[in-house]
Amino acid sequence: MESGTWKVKTGLAQMLKGGVIMDVINAEQAKIAQEAGACAVMALERVPADIRAAGGVARMADPVVIEAIMKAVSIPVMAKCRIGHFVEAQVLQALGVDYIDESEVLTPADESHHVWKHDFKVPFVCGCRNLGEALRRIGEGAAMIRTKGEAGTGNVVEAVRHMRAVMDSIHELVNTSQEELMAKAKEMGAPFELVVELHKTGKLPVVNFAAGGIATPADAALMMQLGAEGVFVGSGIFKSSNPEARAKAIVQATTHFQDPKIIAEASKNLGAAMPGLDIKQIPAEELLAQRGW
Amino acid sequence: MKIGVLALQGAFAEHIATLDRLGVEAREVRLPRELNGIDGLIIPGGESTSISRLMVSFKLRDNIKSLAKNGLPVLGTCAGMILLAKQISDSDAEPIGVIDIEVKRNAFGRQQESFETELFIPALGPEPFPAVFIRAPLIEKVGNGVEILARLADGTVVAAKQKNVLVAAFHPELTNDLRFHRYFLNLVSGQSKQKDRI
Repeated sequence: MESGTWKVKTGLAQMLKGGVIMDVINAEQAKIAQEAGACAVMALERVPADIRAAGGVARMADPVVIEAIMKAVSIPVMAKCRIGHFVEAQVLQALGVDYIDESEVLTPADESHHVWKHDFKVPFVCGCRNLGEALRRIGEGAAMIRTKGEAGTGNVVEAVRHMRAVMDSIHELVNTSQEELMAKAKEMGAPFELVVELHKTGKLPVVNFAAGGIATPADAALMMQLGAEGVFVGSGIFKSSNPEARAKAIVQATTHFQDPKIIAEASKNLGAAMPGLDIKQIPAEELLAQRGW
Repeated sequence: MKIGVLALQGAFAEHIATLDRLGVEAREVRLPRELNGIDGLIIPGGESTSISRLMVSFKLRDNIKSLAKNGLPVLGTCAGMILLAKQISDSDAEPIGVIDIEVKRNAFGRQQESFETELFIPALGPEPFPAVFIRAPLIEKVGNGVEILARLADGTVVAAKQKNVLVAAFHPELTNDLRFHRYFLNLVSGQSKQKDRI
């Protein structure tokens, strides 16, 4: 019996596919998420919209919060560590979380390096804005990838930009001749072996979700139609006026992402979505997506 | 032969890819009408609560139950096994209940305890089967008429069959070994031959 293998790390992400991973800050929200059909929850002290509003340094959540959430639900529990903060990652592994998100939503602890994720038994998910960034994270051991989008904004535009960038580069790479692969790897700043593998298989070696700004059932279905294999919803659920109904509706729209009639039905009577932010109004230095190297 | 794969949430694409390698037509099932005309059904791994909520919302649970009771061959892996069981020991959720077993969810612990191992499955021949267990359930009790297909070294039951219903706590769809799916397809062709005779 062998645990912590690449197969079981990437395998859990495969089991999450077609599902919605919801940000929660306490046991009660976690139960609402599970009841609505979430395939996992992200245990946090504050959702991204509040992190953005509070400013200051955002860190790993209090272990008491994480443990209370782990106790409350039977679905997988994820938690975030700061970029490069391998001790926060060690602590999360010691707590027994099912997945670690090395996340740009928290204040980075290292401005040059990410965590060497191969050393952990618990799998990691990391954010990306483009294919090069995705492959760098996979090279470091990320067993799942998500777009960064722009968390806490309720605005899907950045998630769309990042998903399109990843998908376009994959298509381009598949149609590139072999002799161009090294130059491509250099240009993207991606590990050469992973570039070669992708050229052969035509897809990322790990599961790819969408995240960052998803607030409605139609947003979730949009990301799925653009090629996401599932979605993370952060502030979008518990910053809306009716979290139970919205959570359930986003789950249904993610499953039936190709069926506009069902998405229409799911979108009815949900109350107000979270208030959104125009990305252009956010000062450049406050954009979370630029964190990560 | 056409096999439906429940595509509400989870690793349904992996099952479809495996069927494709075996040259069998697959159909994603998200709505009751998509159950029409299939010769067998696979319920994949995923999150059992998530799949269960969606099954109820889209009226698939009772349809699948009556099809299975009428002899439609059904394979459930991991979450699929939980959903097909008669009883879930640590939950009050009502599963489909078409195989007389009691299962325990997340029986080995959290993700850190997920593991790979080689299983001896006599029905598949002498070669060991590569089995991937991810936050896996186990079978705590089996009723009369349930055939045990595989056990871990410590005796834990991890695969079983009762008439037309086949379940595994692990994920044959995550490996390159096609024997488990082939075993299920034999069940399907046996069933359709029987139907032809009637």
